[in-house]
Amino acid sequence: MMASSYNAKDEDGHHSGSVSHGGAGTAKSKKPDNTAFKQQRLPAWQPILTAGTVLPAFFVIGLIFIPIGIGLYVTSNNIKEFEIDYTGVNVDSPCYTCANNFSWNSTTSCSCTVNFTLEQPFENNVYMYYGLSNFYQNHRRYVKSRDDRQLNGDATALKDPSNDCEPYRKIGVETIAPCGAIANSLFNDSLELYYVEPSGALNAVPLAKKGIAWWTDRNVKFRNPAGVDLPTAFKGTAKPVNWRKPVYELDPSDPDNNGFINEDFIVWMRTAALPTFRKLYRIIHKNQSSTSTLPSGRYVLNITYNYPVLSFDGRKRMILSTISWMGGKNPFLGIAYITVGSICFFLGVVLLIIHHKYDTRSNSADIPN
Amino acid sequence: RMRRERFWFCLEEERKVKANDREYNEKFQYASNCIMTSKYNMLTFLPVNLFEQFQEVANTYFLFLLILQLIPQISSLSWFTTIVPLALVLSITAVKDATDDYFRHRSDNQVNNHQSQVLIRGSLQKERWMNVRVGDIIKLENNQSVVADLLLLSSSEPHGLCYIETAELDGETNVKVRQSVSVPAELGDPNNLATFNGEVVCEPPNNKLDRFCGTLYWRDKKYPLTNQNMLLRGCVLRNTEACYGLVIFAGPDTKLMQNSGRTKFKRTSIDRLMNTLVLWIFGFLVCMGVILAVGNAVWEKEVGSLFQSYLPWDPPVDNFLFSAFLSFWSYVIILNTVVPISLYVSVEVIRLGHSYFINWDRQMFCSQCNTAAEARTTTLNEELGQVEYVFSDKTGTLTQNIMSFNKCSINGQAYGKGTSREKNTLDFTPFNPLANPDFCFYDEKLLESVKVGDWHSHEYFRLLSLCHTVMSEEKSEGELVYKAQSPDEGALVKAARNFGFVFRSRTPGTITTTELGRTVTYSLLAILDFNNIRKRMSVIVRNPAGRIRLYCKGADTVLLERLHPCNQELMTITSDHLNEYAADGLRTLALAYRDVSEEEWEVWSESHRSADKAVDCREDRLAAAYDKIEQDMMLLGATAIEDKLQEGVSETIALLSLANIKVWVLTGDKQETAVNIGYSCKMLTDDMMEVFTISGRTVQSVRQELGEGQEGDGVAGDDQLQGSPCPLPPTYLMDNISGEFGLIINGHSLAHALEADMEVEFVSTACACKAVICCRVTPLQKAQVVELIKKHKKAVTLAIGDGANDVSMIKSAHIGVGISGQEGIQAVLASDYSFAQFRFLQRLLLVHGRWSYLRMCRFLCYFFYKNFAFTMVHFWFGFFCGFSAQTVYDQFFITLYNIVYTSLPVLAMGIFDQDVPDHRSLECPKLYEPGQLNLLFNKKEFFICIAQGIYTSVVLFFMPYAVLSNATQSTGVPLADYQTFAATTATALVIVVSVQIALDTGFWTVINHVFVWGSLGLYFTIMLALHSQTLFRIFPKQFHFVGCAQSTLLQPVVWLTIALATAICIVPVLAFRFLKLDLKPQLSDTVRTHLRKPAESRLGARGGSRSGYAFAHQEGFGELITSGKNMRLSSLGLASFASRHSSSWIETLRRKNTPPKEPCSSFL
Repeated sequence: MMASSYNAKDEDGHHSGSVSHGGAGTAKSKKPDNTAFKQQRLPAWQPILTAGTVLPAFFVIGLIFIPIGIGLYVTSNNIKEFEIDYTGVNVDSPCYTCANNFSWNSTTSCSCTVNFTLEQPFENNVYMYYGLSNFYQNHRRYVKSRDDRQLNGDATALKDPSNDCEPYRKIGVETIAPCGAIANSLFNDSLELYYVEPSGALNAVPLAKKGIAWWTDRNVKFRNPAGVDLPTAFKGTAKPVNWRKPVYELDPSDPDNNGFINEDFIVWMRTAALPTFRKLYRIIHKNQSSTSTLPSGRYVLNITYNYPVLSFDGRKRMILSTISWMGGKNPFLGIAYITVGSICFFLGVVLLIIHHKYDTRSNSADIPN
Repeated sequence: RMRRERFWFCLEEERKVKANDREYNEKFQYASNCIMTSKYNMLTFLPVNLFEQFQEVANTYFLFLLILQLIPQISSLSWFTTIVPLALVLSITAVKDATDDYFRHRSDNQVNNHQSQVLIRGSLQKERWMNVRVGDIIKLENNQSVVADLLLLSSSEPHGLCYIETAELDGETNVKVRQSVSVPAELGDPNNLATFNGEVVCEPPNNKLDRFCGTLYWRDKKYPLTNQNMLLRGCVLRNTEACYGLVIFAGPDTKLMQNSGRTKFKRTSIDRLMNTLVLWIFGFLVCMGVILAVGNAVWEKEVGSLFQSYLPWDPPVDNFLFSAFLSFWSYVIILNTVVPISLYVSVEVIRLGHSYFINWDRQMFCSQCNTAAEARTTTLNEELGQVEYVFSDKTGTLTQNIMSFNKCSINGQAYGKGTSREKNTLDFTPFNPLANPDFCFYDEKLLESVKVGDWHSHEYFRLLSLCHTVMSEEKSEGELVYKAQSPDEGALVKAARNFGFVFRSRTPGTITTTELGRTVTYSLLAILDFNNIRKRMSVIVRNPAGRIRLYCKGADTVLLERLHPCNQELMTITSDHLNEYAADGLRTLALAYRDVSEEEWEVWSESHRSADKAVDCREDRLAAAYDKIEQDMMLLGATAIEDKLQEGVSETIALLSLANIKVWVLTGDKQETAVNIGYSCKMLTDDMMEVFTISGRTVQSVRQELGEGQEGDGVAGDDQLQGSPCPLPPTYLMDNISGEFGLIINGHSLAHALEADMEVEFVSTACACKAVICCRVTPLQKAQVVELIKKHKKAVTLAIGDGANDVSMIKSAHIGVGISGQEGIQAVLASDYSFAQFRFLQRLLLVHGRWSYLRMCRFLCYFFYKNFAFTMVHFWFGFFCGFSAQTVYDQFFITLYNIVYTSLPVLAMGIFDQDVPDHRSLECPKLYEPGQLNLLFNKKEFFICIAQGIYTSVVLFFMPYAVLSNATQSTGVPLADYQTFAATTATALVIVVSVQIALDTGFWTVINHVFVWGSLGLYFTIMLALHSQTLFRIFPKQFHFVGCAQSTLLQPVVWLTIALATAICIVPVLAFRFLKLDLKPQLSDTVRTHLRKPAESRLGARGGSRSGYAFAHQEGFGELITSGKNMRLSSLGLASFASRHSSSWIETLRRKNTPPKEPCSSFL
C-alpha cells in the first residue's frame, strides 16, 4: 500500500575518515566508529503515500470488504432465530402472575406456560438461550465478587474465601460456597420445551444440558473441592442466600455436572460484557431420524419461574437459534462490511478525482532554494 | 563534611594562613583542594535519588494514585498496574542518574589526582591536587595549570614577574603579568622557601576575580597583598619557567569554583508545552471523572438501588452520592493512563538516543584536535530544531585568533597569493637564519625583490620592524620571542623578521634590528601612539646615518588623506589593492614614511613636549601635535592580515541565514575588527542596503540612531539605496543571502539600548536587520542581549562561544554551545553542547536539531494518540456498566500496554525516524523552518491527535459492542462475555495502534521492523501466556482469564471485528494524509518525493570600496615604552594596563570625550 524503495544511503565522503584511521602508535583517536548505526545511515525502507499506492489501497479494501460483507449478510440471513420475552410485564402475558407474586423469599415455585409457533423449521443443532436485559453483570462490584480459588476447588479458599465476596462471604460462621454476588444471583429459571404434535399431544424436546460452557472453564477453571463425595467436600459451607439448594445438589442426577462444575453454574459465572446479554441454556441436538431438529409448528415453553427481574425493570427472554460457521444471527457485521467497503471505494473515486484535478499543481511544486 | 565547611565558610570573616605550617592551618578547617561535583555516593544514592525523583510532580502523582488503589472501595485496578510502570520509570531514571554521577565522580577523580609539586619539609614532593592544603607552598612550571588560588612568592623571571593566561577564568587570551610579593629576593631559593613562615591574613573566599586584599606578616614586617600577587586556580602559567606560590584558597573556596554557580536547569519549549498539555489532560481527566461520577449517581439512584437484591452497595456506601464520590476516584485511577507515566521517561530515552547520535557523529569530529562533538545536556535536543537566533562570540569561535601576514602591496606591486593553503610555502631559512619557521607566505616574488635590494621593499619591512610597540625577548642568540599586545602587530613584526628585518630589542630610546644580517640601532625619537580616533601610529627614528624619518602605519581612510600629493598615482593603485583585500575580509593597514629634517624635528619636538606637559586637554593637544607632523607622507604600501576564520565559517553562516536563523555576533573586540570579521564571514555583505552603526554615547544619540535605523528599515525602497555604494540590481534582491540591513552597535550604546525604555525599540530595529554585530560588549551585556531576545521575541536562542567571557551568555541562552579544544574549558563546562569547530553548528542544528524536533513531535503526537485511544474506551464502557469504573481490559493488559506492547515501536520511531536524509537538509535549509514556526507539535496538533485518539476509542468500543452483543461462537456459546469482549477490544487496539505507528514511521530500519513486528508478536505471546492454564494453576485469582485467548482468537467473528475496526480507524487517516500530501505538500514531503538536486546557493562576493582597516591595538603603549620608566618594568606596565583594560575598559571608553562616530558609509 505504499511506495517502497530500499535506500542504502550513499557512503560517499566517508572514505577519508576510514583511511586516516591506521597509524599504530598514534594517540588513540576519539573519532566515533563509522558504523551505519552510529552514523544514522542504517538502510531503511522509506514509504511515501503516493497516489499510486493509496488509491489502489482504497479500491482493494473496498473490493475485499464488499464481498465479505455480502457473504456475511447472506449467511446471517440464513440463520433462523426465534426470541420470546416471558418476563410477564403485561397483564395478558402468561407469566404475569408469577412475575408479580414471586420473590426470593417465596418457598414454592411458580410455573407458567408460553405458547409460540415456529413458522419455519430449524435444521441442524438448535441452541436455546436465556436472555436477560438491564442486568448489570458487568458492574465492577459484581464482576469482582467471586473467588476463583474457591471455584477451583482450593480447600483453604473454600473455608476462607476472598474478601471480594463480601457481603456474600459468610453467613454467621459458615462460609458460603460458592461465595460472592455472581454466584448468589445464579439464574435459576428452568425452561422446558414441548412440541405440540398436530394431534395435540405434547412432545418434550430433548434438551442437552452439557457442552454449553467453555472447555477451559469446565475442565480447568472450575473444580470441585476434594472429598469422598460432594456433600462431604462442601461440608461446613452454607449455600448462597438466594439459592434454594446447596451447590452439590445443582444436578444430583449427574455427578459430572454437579457442584462447581455444573455447566449452568459455569455459564452464569462467565459474566457478560453488557447489561443486555444472552447465555446458552440448552442444546437441542440434531435429530438423526427427522429432517429438521425443530419442525415448524406450535410449541409450548414451560417455565419454572424462580428468577425475579421486575424489581429492577429487567427482562427475560428465551431464544432459539441455529448456528453457522460465523456463529449466530448477526446482520450488523455484514452491513458494516458492505458499508465500509463502499465508503472505501467511494473515497478512492473521490480522491482519484481530486488527485487528477490538482495533479499539475502538486507536480510543479518546487524545492525552493 | 561539606556541610560543615559551608557552615564554616559562612562564619569565616577573615582567613589566616601560615606558610609551611599545616598544624596551624588545620585549626581553621579550611576546605581542602579536593573538589566534589558529584551528588551521591554508594550509601546515599538510593534515598537521595528517590527523594529527588518524588519531587517531580508526575512521580508524586502516580504515587498518589498508588495509594488510592490500596483503598478497596475505590480500587478499580490492581495495585500492580501502577506500581510496575512506576518502578520501571523510577529505576530507569535512577540508572541514568547513577551513570551521570559516575562520570562526575570520574572527572572529579581525574582533576583531584593531577600531580603537583609541593614543598614539604624542605623538599619538593609530588602530591595529588586533592591533597594540597591551604598554607602549602607549591612549585609551578611553565604551561602548568594553577592548582589552587596561590599567593605568588617567587618566580624564575626577573623582578618576580610571572605570566599567566586567564582564559578559563575570564576568557581573555592575552598573557597577563603577576608580580610576587615584594619581599626580599632570597625567597627565590626553594631552601629558603622551606623555612618561610610568613602569615597571610586576608579576605574570606569570594567570587570576585579581580579583587584580593590581604596582608602578609613576615619577620615583623607587613606587606600589602593585592590581586596583582595572586595566581588563581584555572590560570595557566606562560612564558615563565617556574614559580612558587602559597596556597590561600583551595578546592571549593577558590575563585574559580566560587564562580561556577549551580547551572540553571534548562527546559525546552516542548517540555513546557508538554507540561501545559499534561495539566490540560489532567483537567480533562477530572472532567471525565466528574461526568462519570454524575452518571454513577444517576445510575445508582435509578437502577442500582433497585438492583440491590443482586448487588448490594459496599458497606460504607449508603447512598448514591457517596457511591458517586467513590466512583470519581475510581475513574481517576482507571483513566490515569491518559497522563501516561511512561511519557516522561520515554522522552528522556529518546533524547538520550539523540544525544548519543550527536556524540557519535563523525562529521562533527575534529581530527586536528581529536575532539568529537558532545551533547553535555541530554534534555535539549529537540530545541536544536527550533533555533531562531544564534549569538556567537567572535574570537576563537568564528576566528582562530591567529593573525597571518597574508598579502601586501609595496609601491603599487601586489604580493601574496590569496588565502589558500597551497603547496609551496616560502622557505626563509637559507636566506635568513633568524626567520621563524612557523611563518608562511606564498609569493616568492616578494622575497626576490627583497633579495635584489628593492628600496621600497626594504623600507616597507624596515617600517614594520620599527613602527610598533612589540617587546622582544631573546633567551639565547637567535631565539627571539615577541610579546605583542595585539596579534596583528605580532604578525607584522614577525613578517618583517622573516623578510630579513629582524627586530631584536628595544630600550626606551633605541630600537635594535638586524637588517639583512647587519645589526642596526636606531634611536627612537618619539612614538606617536595609536588611538581609536587617530587610527594610526607613527615612530620617529634617527638611523645610524643620522637621518630622521617618520614611519607611520594606520587605517587607509586616515592615512591616504595625509599623503603628499605626488603619491596620487600610487595611491590609486594601492587603494585598489586595499579594496581587494577588504573585499576578501583581510585586515588592512596602509604604510607611509616621511623624511623629517633636523630643523623640523626640533620645532616639532618642542611643540610635542609642551603638549605633553599640558595639564588640560593634554590628549587633544598631543593629537594636534601628532597631526602636524603626520603630513605629506610618502606611501609605501599596504599590509593585509588575515584574521584566520575557522574552517567553513562563512558557509555555515550563509547556510544558517538561509535556514532563517539570525546570527548575531557579540564580541568584546573593537568595532572595526568585528565589522571586518562580519564581512569576511559574509554576515555583512556589500549587497546590504545599509549597515547602521550605533555608537552613540548618550541616551539621545543612541535613540536617534536607532530611530534612523528604523526609518531605514521601514522604507526599504529605492530612496534608501543612495546610501549604499552600488545600486542593487533588482534580481539580486531576490537572492536570499543578500539581506537588507546590517546593524553594528557598540558596547556603550548597547548599555543605553538595553535600558527599559529603549529595549523594545532596539529589539525591533535589530530584529529587522539581517545581521547584527555587537562589539565592545561585556560578558554581562552578552547575557543581557540574549535575555532581551528571549523576553521580547519568544524565540529559541542559541549562544556559542569558547571563552569564559561567553559563559554568562551560554548559560542564559536556551541552548549554550561551547567550542572545545582551544581555549579554556569554562565555556565547555557551562555549555549544553560542545564541539571543536563553529562549522559543526550547521550539522547540529540543521541535521540533528531538525531530526530531533521532528522525531520528538511525531513521538508526542503518537503517544498522546495511543493513550487516548486506549483510555477513552473505559469512558464509553462506563455508560454500559453502570458507571462502576469497571475496566474494559484485563488488568495485565493495562499494566503492559504502555510499557511493553506499544512502547518500543514508538521509541524506535522517536529515535531513528528521518524524513529526509541529512545531506538533503543541509542542501535545503528551508526545511528547518517548520521547527522555528513550531508547526509539528503545538496545541492544534495536540488536539488533532487527541481527537483521533478519541475517535479510535469510539470505534474500538462500539464496533465490538455492535458485533459481539448478539454474536456467538460456532459452538453456540455467546461471545458477549466480558473476557471475550476485553480480549477482542485489546487485540483490536494493539493492532490499530500498530498500524498507525507503521503509518507514522517514515524510516523503516531493521530496528523499526523488529520492534513493530516484535511488539505485535509479543502481545500475542504474552496474551497466550497470561491466559494459559499453567499460570492459572499457580495463581488462580490473578490469571482468571484462563483459556480466553484461545477461545477468542479462534473465532472468525472476532477477527472480522478487528479488521473492521482497523479499517474504520485507519481509512480516514489515510485519506486525510493523502489529501494533505497531494494538495498541500510540506517542503520535506516534496524533498522526499523528488530526490533531486536543488540549485546551488549563490554566495557571490561583490566588490565595493570599504576600508578593511582593523587593528586589535590599544592606546597607551607608546607612552609606556618611551616613558622614563625603567624598561624592565615595562612588561609590568603592560600587565597593569591590560588588567585595567579588562576590568573597566568601558569606563575608559566613556571617558573619551569625542565619540568616534563614523558615518555609515565609511564602512561600506
